[in-house]
Amino acid sequence: MSGARSLMVALEKEGANIVFGLPGGANLPIYDELYKSNIRHILVRHEQSASHMADGFGRVSRRPGVCFATSGPGATNIVTGIATAQADSAPMIAVTGQVPSKMIGRDAFQESDIIGITNPIVKYAFQPMNAAEIPEVVKKAFYISSTGRPGPVLIDVPKDVQQNEAEMVFPSEVKIRGYHPWVDPDVREIERAIDMLFTSERPIILAGGGVIISGAFAELQSIAELLMIPVVTTFKGKGSFPENHPLSLGPIGMHGHAEANKMMVEADCVLACGSRFSDRSVGTFEEFERHLKIIHMDVDPAEIGKNQTTNVAVVGDVRASLRIMVKMLIQKAIKRGGDNPWLKHVNETREYFRQNLKLHPHPLGAAKILRKLREVLPSQSIVTTEVGQHQMWASLFFDVIHPGTFFSSTGLGTMGWGFPAAIGAKAAKPDVPVLDIAGEGSFNMTENSLAVSVLDNLPVIVFLMNNFSLGMVAQWQRTFYDRRMIGIDLKNCPDYVKVAEAYGAQGIRAETIEDVGKAVQTALKSNVTTVIDIPMDPEEDVLPFVAPGTSLKDMILPS
Amino acid sequence: MWSIISVLVENKPGVLFKITNLFRSRNFNIDSISVGVTENPEFSKMTITTSADEKQLNQIIKQLDKLIDTVEVKLLDERKSIYRELVLMKIKVSKPSDIMEITDLANAFKCNVHDVRKSSMVIEITATPDRIDAFEDLIKGYGILEIARTGICALERGYGNES
Repeated sequence: MSGARSLMVALEKEGANIVFGLPGGANLPIYDELYKSNIRHILVRHEQSASHMADGFGRVSRRPGVCFATSGPGATNIVTGIATAQADSAPMIAVTGQVPSKMIGRDAFQESDIIGITNPIVKYAFQPMNAAEIPEVVKKAFYISSTGRPGPVLIDVPKDVQQNEAEMVFPSEVKIRGYHPWVDPDVREIERAIDMLFTSERPIILAGGGVIISGAFAELQSIAELLMIPVVTTFKGKGSFPENHPLSLGPIGMHGHAEANKMMVEADCVLACGSRFSDRSVGTFEEFERHLKIIHMDVDPAEIGKNQTTNVAVVGDVRASLRIMVKMLIQKAIKRGGDNPWLKHVNETREYFRQNLKLHPHPLGAAKILRKLREVLPSQSIVTTEVGQHQMWASLFFDVIHPGTFFSSTGLGTMGWGFPAAIGAKAAKPDVPVLDIAGEGSFNMTENSLAVSVLDNLPVIVFLMNNFSLGMVAQWQRTFYDRRMIGIDLKNCPDYVKVAEAYGAQGIRAETIEDVGKAVQTALKSNVTTVIDIPMDPEEDVLPFVAPGTSLKDMILPS
Repeated sequence: MWSIISVLVENKPGVLFKITNLFRSRNFNIDSISVGVTENPEFSKMTITTSADEKQLNQIIKQLDKLIDTVEVKLLDERKSIYRELVLMKIKVSKPSDIMEITDLANAFKCNVHDVRKSSMVIEITATPDRIDAFEDLIKGYGILEIARTGICALERGYGNES
């Protein structure tokens, strides 16, 4: 069988039933086999969107999403998508065509050294030079991508290798001697963690993306409830713990909830689950760890001690580690009541900020819009975001109730990610509503995916918080550059209702809060791709704000 | 403070690039690197020396370990390891008596004299870095024309339980 055929068979064996991509000269043999296979193909309009769709599919289904691109510019167009998946530990398989092996290194037409280009941003990359290698390469790619700390894996296949015939052996399992993703958590360290948590006066749980990746929602909730510890999250961990839970304080960080940042600073011991202590979450590293005992649980040993000095380190799958912890707590009948000064203080602080935090007065202020959205959107819906002010407003004002339903490009901060990722998410879970909380600056970058959403029957809602500008940059120019505004004005162009209609989607302009609610309900009911354009005040800032290079205690509150 | 890291890697194309690119992308520094195939042709051994503080060194080792093509990463204890570097030096000969003097110095450091010309000599020294520095210090008065160094390679003493 040919290399291309074996690729398709191997993908099917791994359970891949959908591929996002765009064909070109160097991957035509692969597409010819795709034509004959049962795998569904979603034709994108730009390869970057294919990689984001695969990423969104992967995060939601927790198995690698697959994207195809041709050599040269096709391959370089998915670089941003690969980097995004790597920064957020998302499982993804990118298959690129490459010029024939004899042409590699000769600067052939549409040749790019995609292996070299992507080296720092992939979990691993393969370039099979014989067709017979392909089945094992695919098996290994899925194994590496989906185990341990997930990430993107690239398979770059020269055209002749796609065409060549070979005897194919499809291995049922693979071993890689330099790769050991399964580490059993050290039980003694977990015991130490429990002691430390139980003996501290002001413990807090910091839940990161690892909780979502490993699906440790129930375990996390059990521990919080058994020990009555308040839970903050990173932005990536947003929604790993129900944000309407009495112990929930929401995300910390640059645009974290005021109560979350405040309690994080006051805590004396943190149980960090699957978090890498990003600068956006913790502010300055030195200040963060100053008065804090840190228990760090992570599947990636290299994260231990990278940004923060830890007191207790539990290396292993977060869910497995938390599960052991829950068992120990139950066996030893360790429980803590809610009647303690710390928890009382936490509740008072949250109540204070809920009552007193000033919101933007505009009738279509971000908080009003997003709270209306929460009211009308079913809780199991999947929500993605783009990158910018709307994203941070979502962090502040959109409560995630159902764990693991909120996804964002949090690490790389890729504008244009949310819409194609939403389409990928819809492909993974066609039965739930999928909505992209968007800004128009980001949406501009991948709005041509409207064609995909409409034609491939993957209807999603684009909830466009339109402030006619690159709002986050504008906010920094207002705050740090004395209002020297440059390069931010998008001048109300294009008309997004017309854009939607041009692609055969539904476009609705919502000019009041009631309109916003109705528009979402219309979109949900009609089940067609909908862009809801919501004109906002371009001067609205995202607050609270922890300025870059400062610590959480220096949080700027709205005045 | 410099450290010696011994890395056993898969012997296949692109692995050296991954290792050096890791150092570059994470802003670590390589002082020297030497690479060669091991007794098992499936593996290569790299010896990397780096000057890094303890925290950074810890990260370097963990990040190296995380690479899928690395099979084993060890921080070598200088006292329990043998480490050597081979250096070829081309030294200027200004007058005939220089040849004898340089040869005597070379013998004192157990160097090999490989090439003697009217105006230059090539000497090979295989030693620890501090010994090489001492030799270089003595010889530089004559004028060093060219230098090529292999980088340090190292092995732990003993095997299994003996080490």
